[in-house]
Amino acid sequence: MKTFKKASILLLLAITFTLTSCENDDPIAVNEEEVITTITATLVPVGGGNTITLQSRDLDGDGPNAPVITVSGPFSVNKTYNGSLVLLNETESPAENINEEIEEEDDEHQFFFQLSNNIATVTYADADGNGNPVGLKFNLTTSTTLGSSNLTITLRHEPNKLAAGVSSGSITNAGGETDIQVVFPISVQ
Amino acid sequence: MKYNLVIIVCCFISTLYSQNCKSTFFGEVKDFHDGTPIVGAAVFFENLNKYTTTDINGKFTIVNICDGNLIMSISHLACDTKRLEVTVNGNTYREIYMEHHIEELHEVKIDGHTTFTTAKSSQESILKTNALERFSAYSLGDALKQISGVSSISTGNTIVKPVINGLHSSRIIVMTNGVRLQDQEWGVEHAPNIDLNTAGSINVIKGANALAYGGDAIGGVIVMKPLNMSFKDSLYGKTITSGQTNGRGYSFTSSLTKTWQEGWYVGTQASVKRFGDFEAANYSLTNTGMNSRGFSVNTGFKTFEKGFNLYYSFLNNEIAILRAAHIGNISDLVNSINSLKPLVIRDFSYNIDAPRQDVTHQIIKADFYKRFKKFGRLEIQYDFQNNQRFEYDIRVGADRDKPAIDLTLKTHTLRTNLKIDAISNAIYEFGFNAGYQNNFANPDTGVRRLIPDYNKYDFGVFAISNYKLSDKTQLDLGVRYDFTRLDAKKFYITSRWNNLGYNIDFADIVIDDLGTQLLTNPVFNYHNISASAGISYQINDDNSLIFNYGLSKRAPNPSELFSDGLHHSAARIELGDLRIKQETSNRIAASYQFKNNPFNLNLEGFVNHISDYIFIKPSGTEQTIRGAFPVWDYTQTNALLLGLDVTVRYAMNDNWFLSNKTAFIKGRDLTQKQALIDIPSFKTVNILGYSNKKWKSFNAELQSELVLRQNDFTNFNFETFIPTSQETVLVDVSSPPPTYHLLHFQSDITLKLSTKTNLNIGFNITNIFNTSYREYLNRLRYFADDLGRNFMLQLKINY
Repeated sequence: MKTFKKASILLLLAITFTLTSCENDDPIAVNEEEVITTITATLVPVGGGNTITLQSRDLDGDGPNAPVITVSGPFSVNKTYNGSLVLLNETESPAENINEEIEEEDDEHQFFFQLSNNIATVTYADADGNGNPVGLKFNLTTSTTLGSSNLTITLRHEPNKLAAGVSSGSITNAGGETDIQVVFPISVQ
Repeated sequence: MKYNLVIIVCCFISTLYSQNCKSTFFGEVKDFHDGTPIVGAAVFFENLNKYTTTDINGKFTIVNICDGNLIMSISHLACDTKRLEVTVNGNTYREIYMEHHIEELHEVKIDGHTTFTTAKSSQESILKTNALERFSAYSLGDALKQISGVSSISTGNTIVKPVINGLHSSRIIVMTNGVRLQDQEWGVEHAPNIDLNTAGSINVIKGANALAYGGDAIGGVIVMKPLNMSFKDSLYGKTITSGQTNGRGYSFTSSLTKTWQEGWYVGTQASVKRFGDFEAANYSLTNTGMNSRGFSVNTGFKTFEKGFNLYYSFLNNEIAILRAAHIGNISDLVNSINSLKPLVIRDFSYNIDAPRQDVTHQIIKADFYKRFKKFGRLEIQYDFQNNQRFEYDIRVGADRDKPAIDLTLKTHTLRTNLKIDAISNAIYEFGFNAGYQNNFANPDTGVRRLIPDYNKYDFGVFAISNYKLSDKTQLDLGVRYDFTRLDAKKFYITSRWNNLGYNIDFADIVIDDLGTQLLTNPVFNYHNISASAGISYQINDDNSLIFNYGLSKRAPNPSELFSDGLHHSAARIELGDLRIKQETSNRIAASYQFKNNPFNLNLEGFVNHISDYIFIKPSGTEQTIRGAFPVWDYTQTNALLLGLDVTVRYAMNDNWFLSNKTAFIKGRDLTQKQALIDIPSFKTVNILGYSNKKWKSFNAELQSELVLRQNDFTNFNFETFIPTSQETVLVDVSSPPPTYHLLHFQSDITLKLSTKTNLNIGFNITNIFNTSYREYLNRLRYFADDLGRNFMLQLKINY
């Protein structure tokens, strides 16, 4: 009979456990911290002219809506533009600037700029602590031919910056993993 | 001489008490279980040195004895000898109960703490201690692959999940020391958190025939039982240590048990495993090490009539996940698939870097049981489990050391079981269980929750009966009802919510609108009926047959309902579906066994029809700022699985044997009329073995493992545009890897160190020819080869 007393105590204990561990509070919403929703490339022409803005904005992050891509206007022929990138997480309010994280860990990040034809060329205008390019600052120089092209901007995390061609902007041997990949339809007029 | 002594003793007693020596003692010896008389039991009166036996009615009489204490010991062929002391005062009558079912008594000892006997008419295989000890350094999933029809699905080489007849994860119940393991078992990348070294034996029951454990085990039940304990004053234990070249790691496990004759026992066990980066045939698999620590303590009291057990176990696993498997988008995936080797290969290291998992599982259990005369056995058990899972992704900036997943799963379970065995030829078992589970997803991760916060309530009742129709025929019947209530609080991104059409179907469950996100409160109730029926028939000494049928229903798990978002290491967006309902399995199985030295054959066939079978498959792509991602949806279909498992053993003579284990399985999607995804391919293992007792119990085996390419698959490949190369390329996520053949060797000898101590030395080589291969059911097959050659030395001391 003693065992039964023990049993009932155990049973009671179990029930108390069960009841006290019920939690009815609503969970706290999480705003994705590392998501990048918006990339804006601002290209200021050297010697005056229209500033060109390229933007890809995906307010639902990894949600079903595709990013919205806007290009403010055409580039001018035979001109150099000082480019800079701003990366934002707009799921948070106020928006979080992701540039800071990239600057802090610049040796682990590199942007790549690729054009589908040769109406323009892109060169790096910044470097990390080891003298390798990062790409938050860059120069875009249009050629003398008119036309349109796709400009692909890719951000790689942990690329091999020492691999062949990588420091001059070739993505082929870069490796690493892709954090951003956006395609802007641009034109030169 | 003896008689003289007796006379002297008798005189001594009589003079001592100087009482009436004309008393008669009547005794009746009965079976504890059903009260039937025990015939022909030997009764020895120790202080009189007299013998008698019980008659056809279980009765015995001794006349002309003196009043006072009488010490008797009663023994019977099928019973444990019982010793007792009675006071005789005049004519005295006494009923004596014997524990007659020695077989069952034995079973109780082996089972340790579960009252449940598994259905005898089910397809069941057992791995005994010796077979398990060889896998001391490996995982549960690796060890179970020795059983025909059991394969594994894995994420790399340390996250290994058992697959029984093509089914895994939530479709399999793992029982450890009487506790149903509750960890976050959904998904391929969550291995069962269990230390193989805590088990003395493992039973694998294919199909849902063990209703005592749960009604939702469509695939089967894995029952891990602790080591058998002997009831005498004793102290024993064992230590197994092994070292291996691949992963440059070691494993160590040790256990010690103290038992007392009265029934008390206390035991403890601890294990440590540490491995660095493993190696494929041609390169190092960077970031694949593991670090595991566990211990358990077990104490209690056990006799035939009653007993209790207290158990605590702790296990912490830190597991690194192949660095090259962490990728950014679809073009990275294409690069990985097309590249013949992983994109990240670094020098060997013991470091466990991101991506990695850190999981801690704790179990506390208390149970006790009591047997009632002429009735049966009652058991009550309470257990609590705490599962803490951290998953670390590759993150940047301040979040670098923050987990991306932080889940705490707490489970309380109370269950009782009543086994009525008083009626000969029939055993009835009834039980109920009630459970409460809480999952807490910590928001501090700064990552949207993969699995939401939820409360789950379970309630189940079952009845099982075993009938012995004749000496050769046994019938098992069982029925079970389960109720499950899932009450979750989940955030949805508004765009996703609308995109899935939930704004129409589930508008009423939204409890808060945060603009871009909605807080919802999905509550689901599931009623599940399961049943099983089986018959076993022994045709003659050599041949026996088993047929069984199982009906089971499984409620969807939280990942099937709620998955929502990007899964990094798979580079895919995974979506659950709130509309998913229970799946129902109807499984018919038949086994044929032939046992006649030197030839043994076991054939097991099954057909499993699963309506509303839940599975995940590719359904398209989605564009994000990171580029394109394939989308994988959980969907339901009607599925049919059928298969045949063969085990053959032929002993050529006392030393040499040949054996074969083959498993063949087909899975069809009946609705789409195509093959099911993730079905194990044909596998056959041939073993040539040699053993010789004279050479220090030498054993050696050469194993050939042949796995054919899975040709029966559905093409879910799709094309995608890669902006960096300006090309449209094929994303080959479906094509299975080619056929492979591996050769393994294992050997051991046993040295006797003293009468109670022996040392077993084992030497094993896996993948002797360092073959490079990829396994269809390894999710990392897109990224790297499987393991290369491994030499392993194992020392095992029993003391």
